[in-house]
Amino acid sequence: MWEVTEQDLESIAIGAGILGTGGGGNPYVGMLRARQMIREFGPVKVLSSDELDSDDRIVCVGGIGAPTVGIEKMRDKQAYYAMRAIEDYTGLKATALVSNEIGGSNSLEPLIPAAISGLPVVDADGMGRAFPQYHLKTFFVYGAPYAPLALADEKGNTMVIPEAISAHWVERMARAVTIQMGCVACYATTPMNAEQIRNTAVLDSLTLTKDLGDAVKRAREQHKDPIEAILGTHAGKVLFQGKIVDLERRTTQGFARGKVTIEGMGRHIADHMEIEFQNENLIASINGNLVCIVPDLICIVDTERAEPITTELLRYGFRVTVLGFPAPDLWTTPEGLAVAGPRAFGYGVDYTPIVI
Amino acid sequence: MRIGIDVGGTNTDAVLLDGDVLVAQTKQPTTADVTSGILSALKAVLNNKPDGASVEAVMLGTTHFTNALLEHKQLSQAATLRLCLPATTLLPPLTDWPDELRTAIGGHAYLVHGGHEFDGREISPLDEEEIRQAARDMINKGVRGVAVSGVFSPVDTSHEERAGAIIREESSDLNVTLSSEIGRVGILERENAATLNACLVDVAERTINAIRNAISSLGLDVPLFLSQNDGTLMDAEFAASYPVFTIASGPTNSMRGAAFLSGVLDGIVVDIGGTSTDGGALVSGFPREASVAVNVAGVRTNFRMPDVFSIALGGGSIVQRDPLQIGPASVGYRLVEEGLVFGGNVLTTTDMAVVAGLADIGNSGLLGGVGKSFAEDVISEIQTRIEDVVDQLKLSAAPVPVILVGGGNILAKDSLAGASDVLRPEHAGVANAIGAAIAQVGGQVEKVYSLSDVSREEALASARQEATDKTVGAGADPSTVEIVEVEEVPLAYLPSNAVRVRIKAVGNLANL
Repeated sequence: MWEVTEQDLESIAIGAGILGTGGGGNPYVGMLRARQMIREFGPVKVLSSDELDSDDRIVCVGGIGAPTVGIEKMRDKQAYYAMRAIEDYTGLKATALVSNEIGGSNSLEPLIPAAISGLPVVDADGMGRAFPQYHLKTFFVYGAPYAPLALADEKGNTMVIPEAISAHWVERMARAVTIQMGCVACYATTPMNAEQIRNTAVLDSLTLTKDLGDAVKRAREQHKDPIEAILGTHAGKVLFQGKIVDLERRTTQGFARGKVTIEGMGRHIADHMEIEFQNENLIASINGNLVCIVPDLICIVDTERAEPITTELLRYGFRVTVLGFPAPDLWTTPEGLAVAGPRAFGYGVDYTPIVI
Repeated sequence: MRIGIDVGGTNTDAVLLDGDVLVAQTKQPTTADVTSGILSALKAVLNNKPDGASVEAVMLGTTHFTNALLEHKQLSQAATLRLCLPATTLLPPLTDWPDELRTAIGGHAYLVHGGHEFDGREISPLDEEEIRQAARDMINKGVRGVAVSGVFSPVDTSHEERAGAIIREESSDLNVTLSSEIGRVGILERENAATLNACLVDVAERTINAIRNAISSLGLDVPLFLSQNDGTLMDAEFAASYPVFTIASGPTNSMRGAAFLSGVLDGIVVDIGGTSTDGGALVSGFPREASVAVNVAGVRTNFRMPDVFSIALGGGSIVQRDPLQIGPASVGYRLVEEGLVFGGNVLTTTDMAVVAGLADIGNSGLLGGVGKSFAEDVISEIQTRIEDVVDQLKLSAAPVPVILVGGGNILAKDSLAGASDVLRPEHAGVANAIGAAIAQVGGQVEKVYSLSDVSREEALASARQEATDKTVGAGADPSTVEIVEVEEVPLAYLPSNAVRVRIKAVGNLANL
């Protein structure tokens, strides 16, 4: 057990930004919101999955919407309202919260209802990275219930989806309502038990974000290379270094899709990298050859400070380093790849694991 | 010919340029009223003006407003009015500001109804009476400047405009800054920048009026421009309403001036002033821009600004013994009165440089009480700090040319770790003023294109052309115009796949 204090939030935000693979929203706003709530209500306890009891009821909460909207109409206490709504609907009281997605601001979202209600959070999540849609969670791939689900906006509106024929249908319905709600809603799933968490969640991921952030901060303070510090904390590799020379964006069906082109610098001087993104970075190629494919992680950080850059903040001229990390094992099984492999995102290629 | 002036915390510099030729230069102490220093500097360069030559424009770069923010001096009471209810309440305005700065401007924040959703729907209608009440409360509290920030105002400016008009109706004395005029999507950063502007408007208006009067008192009937963060010029009237656009102009001018003087287009520029040292990287003669949000006086903004790494070290930094402390306190522009070597009684870094033999200024006889080994220890510590600045700005371990500018460059030795070459270009002391004088004019286009009607390439090409035309229209020499910024912001959830394109071009002023 450990406690998330105000001082840990900056590290968690950096680590969550790295694991966010360009999506999941800018953790800065999430960090400020969590800080505001921790200042008001006190630190949040973190339980590891083996500290859970058989009668624990763990509610997964997350933000749903578009990252660009979240930096403008910043979220309030939607996750807390959604948690109360699912408790009311199911008649089950939550005893802990868990993140749906450790990448981006969703890593911090459970801390807000946890601080307000005094409940702990579990050191785990349903992705081990960031993904753009509700159904893309290890929880549901391995049998945890995807419905009922409660949605809440910031104005006092809530809605419950009692039943659905698939997690993908929950996503479709929730997305339609989210757009009406103004695109910064939060959801809460029906409570899971301890066994479901142990079998279906990516474990110890909150600790990983904190460790990554601590390593980056320490390296910056000691004037060491923060990118080396990241790779020393979590196994991965530098895929590319260079300067952004083109960006193409379009927003379709609620997702920021696009392509970023990076001109090589240093040892990549004659090369160029293209990264296709749909909120998250999904496919990276160097001179047309694929080098990292979803569900493996493609993370763009600024070369000097290793500050993670989300897809909506990418800009012409940025000097960036692209990092690749292997996906959590739960994603690289046939069941996992069917949900979150390249073909699930419309790319006609097969997954081949990143070579480190 | 044109005159470039740089008003720093310590010195006011002026140069007279004829095309690329430096005709005259001067360095005068900055005065508390700013304008006397400018007058002395103007007179000094005008005395050297060749007979028959005429001055066409005065370009002014100043860190005056930045210093006001850093020192919390001359700031007006400011209020931030956010149009958002019932949304966006958890993080109020002025979140994550340094406590002292928030206190200095009064910390007045109001959340009222209004603002828009991402798709242009109203979050709620404006409640005009609520805004009037807020405005009256501001007036009662002595507020002078008001920042109005509406959720999604970059998509729809109407609520901010109406709220601004209501506030002006309540009191024509309140200076209103609309966030949509200052920044882009990202409410906290845009609102922060608008609030910084609001607390500076009084001091800006006073200062710029005084400077205009000073210039005309010399019989100069020429336009006055101020240099902006991105190295382009704005006219004085515009600058009086938007002082926040000058806050990073100091480093930009310094770096552009250093590139001009040294002929080095790629390297690191270290500007050692009286109070602070600012380092930046030159890429093709332009400052490298920061890739992450830029802090201004500890406040996060989303301006595009030079990537500057600063430390509180300059020629006026105060040195304390036991334990050794160098800065951050500085005598600033009072160095020539308070520094030991100038007959004052404050021990400064400049005194150390004289004792260590790096500089020969003032009356070294006054420094008898300062031990040489102590001075060398201090200089060695200063050297480490400057090398650290260089290191922070490098993209790789490879050594790069380092250009030293600013009056405090006497603090640095001739070799620096990480530098392939240490250059102190001639006239480096007036690099900022030269940077202001060679500042460019810009043209910006911001338009929404529906990509179902035109291709992305056609949209970009048309916007590029328009920005180029505007830049030439603003007085640029067509052969020097280049596109410096391209930004595309998709407008979410619109069936037509609309995109907002922002393109900025700059060029050199023609005929100067």
